[in-house]
Amino acid sequence: MKKLFSSYEAIVFLAIVILGAIITAVNPNFLSLENILDLLKSYSFVGILAIGVLFVLVSGGIDISFTATATVAMYVMAVIVNNYGGNMFTAFLIASVVGALLGMFNALLLHYFKIHSIIITIATLNIYYGLLTVFSGGKWIYSLPVWFREFAQLRVFTISNPTGGEYGLSIITVIWLALLLMAWIILRFTLIGRGIYALGGNPVSAKRVGFNILQLQLFVYGFMGWLAGIAGVVLTLLVQSVAPNSIVGKELDVLAAVVLGGASLIGGVGTLGGTVLGVLLIATMNNGMTLMRIPAFWYDVFIGLIIVISVSASAIQYKKKKSQKIAIEVE
Amino acid sequence: MAKILSLKNVTKNYVGVCALNAVDFKVEAGEIHCLVGENGSGKSTLIKIISGVVRPDSGADIEIGGERFHEFNAIDAIHQGIEVIYQDLSLFPNLTVAENIALSKTIASGQKFINWGDIRKIAQKAMDKISANLPLECLIDEISLADQQLVAICRALTHDVKLVIMDEPTTALTRVEVDSLFKVVKDLQSNGIATMFVSHKLDEVLEIAESVSILRDGVKVGTFASQDLDDDKLIFLMTGKKLEHVRFGGKGQTDIKLLEVKNLAKKCNFIDINFTLHPGEIIGITGLLGSGRTELAQALFGLNPAESGEIWLEGELIQAANVQGAMKLGIGYVPENRLVQGLAMPQSVNKNTIITILGKLAKRFGLINRKEKNNCVEYWIDQLSIKVPSAESPVQTLSGGNQQRVVLAKWIATQPKVLILDGPTIGIDVAAKGAIHEIVRDLAADGVGIIIISDELGEVYYNCNRIFVMHKGRFIAKYDTEKTPENKIRNFIGQIG
Repeated sequence: MKKLFSSYEAIVFLAIVILGAIITAVNPNFLSLENILDLLKSYSFVGILAIGVLFVLVSGGIDISFTATATVAMYVMAVIVNNYGGNMFTAFLIASVVGALLGMFNALLLHYFKIHSIIITIATLNIYYGLLTVFSGGKWIYSLPVWFREFAQLRVFTISNPTGGEYGLSIITVIWLALLLMAWIILRFTLIGRGIYALGGNPVSAKRVGFNILQLQLFVYGFMGWLAGIAGVVLTLLVQSVAPNSIVGKELDVLAAVVLGGASLIGGVGTLGGTVLGVLLIATMNNGMTLMRIPAFWYDVFIGLIIVISVSASAIQYKKKKSQKIAIEVE
Repeated sequence: MAKILSLKNVTKNYVGVCALNAVDFKVEAGEIHCLVGENGSGKSTLIKIISGVVRPDSGADIEIGGERFHEFNAIDAIHQGIEVIYQDLSLFPNLTVAENIALSKTIASGQKFINWGDIRKIAQKAMDKISANLPLECLIDEISLADQQLVAICRALTHDVKLVIMDEPTTALTRVEVDSLFKVVKDLQSNGIATMFVSHKLDEVLEIAESVSILRDGVKVGTFASQDLDDDKLIFLMTGKKLEHVRFGGKGQTDIKLLEVKNLAKKCNFIDINFTLHPGEIIGITGLLGSGRTELAQALFGLNPAESGEIWLEGELIQAANVQGAMKLGIGYVPENRLVQGLAMPQSVNKNTIITILGKLAKRFGLINRKEKNNCVEYWIDQLSIKVPSAESPVQTLSGGNQQRVVLAKWIATQPKVLILDGPTIGIDVAAKGAIHEIVRDLAADGVGIIIISDELGEVYYNCNRIFVMHKGRFIAKYDTEKTPENKIRNFIGQIG
């Protein structure tokens, strides 16, 4: 267990367990397999974005523009498959290419103008989203191909509930899990993955030991963009419509989940395990509020409180560690 | 012995400035070679040329490993087995020891995937070369600075290295750690690996080096066998001046108590601290890094308030609970790390100098009279002979010695009664050191009580009336410098190290 979770992750895990227990006490439906599988399905969108945000944070940067990237990617995808036809594979392909290109554009700006990523990506958020609004006129897309609707219904296994409805492990959750596995392999077993940690830990040294910084940043922001594209398709599968204004503004929720999972805003620190826990904590809380009939307005307040608590907890931990380091043994 | 490195006629001009002028430089295989010189003498330029980061002007003759190079770049240097360990060590705080050691080698081998078994093997092999025993799974953040240095050395050893260049490796190490570093350097030597050692600390240079090359103003003064040199000769060759040690002659007004500290203590910082400082007196506190000396200084200045005990200033009990209060009472503190704590580096000399006296300069509505401000800054630039092109120059463009003078200026300008100087000459070359000491002595002559904290015994011995030796948070010895020979104190400190 200790190997599996660092102490911080164990705390987040504990928080989920406690929160889950409270919710279950009020409404036992929370712990039902149906509810949990449903949560895993609906939070796949946030979960996929969180993977990309983790990569960017670990590399020592930040990305605000990914919601605009996802929106552009899903809109372009929807327009193309509606007009020219296609299948699920082409849908993902189109969104991937659009997302990755927009992400890599961030990396290029970052590398050549040497401006902090928060400024760059706030700018590109507005550019991407602005251009989309200009060209789409803000119109929603409600009609999608039949195969699109059918794909969203796919399940690995299906169970019937007593009232006759069906549920199971959705293909959408499987996509999230597959991406998690892929990201884990990249971070743990590839030179690029270790380079991302090195870059976040000490950028000057990363250059000195021979990493190609531009290449690393193109990968990090391109990967974030690519995941945003996939997440865009996943969202479209979930809601079966494309709304240009539905997710821009939600960047901070995803960032919050990743930071809750222990990733450092200074770079170099963060794990996939923590990120998943961060997403699950937010999912639990949100779902719990619904099940306990707490007005949704409170959601933002709770998220804010949780972030304050978790961030100050890790700051206190850091301070403690530091003071231990300089402590002098007074005899 | 075979030469692994031979430079002839190396010249490097930067716009308008000649950094190196027709320098010849040789390193033999397995040799321990020190490079010394004052700030700005061309040491770093020479290192950069050897590591291929900077190209010399045409006419230079570079021969490495028996091969002549017309153009020599950083990749060539690595291929020829030249590794630089920078002062900042260039480690990754968030990665494990094993990964820090092995990463550079892994990149060089062109692998795209990481095999954690290999990483550990590479790290172990490098550690075996210098019989080091580091915790491979620990993060760099979790190990001591001395161990971090070993990690950096091990990383260099993962390549087929022939020459290791260490830039100021001992600055932050304790005496014991320096000794074990020297043992490692000797180990490298027995493996046929040469070390080029760059340092400000001359006694260490003489202890470890076989030969010493001296640079002054971009010209090589010569290369000497270390047994032919001593401290004074080395200083003369570096500066062109004979440096005479004159002990501080001021006596202080011992009948008046300026600052009195009674039983000051703070958990995990210091304990049982008692001393009295008189006007015009300089006292020294010496001790190793981590002895509590800086924590004590910060306690007097209100940065790190003590938990118990009393501080009396001019007969009144004071509460040094915060910096603003301490400043108002007339206590000044020049921190150990002037880069981080003492100066706003990108700001002008002007702004840095007056920052402590903004309140005094402010007139009606809190506005500052520009003319008065400029007069004030000019006065201090003149008083401390700070060499600046203009008062508007950013502090980061000045040399170390001049930066330190700006820090002093900003505190002296507050007209303190007590001035605490923490490592006042760290990283400053010999000539500039003398000038700083001169300023401090003048202040004392004006009746300021001064506390110098330094791990250089010579500095406190020659500039102070009394010395306190600090160890594990306590004063364990106290000496009157007038009555005690320097050697006696040195031997005592050597024993506790």
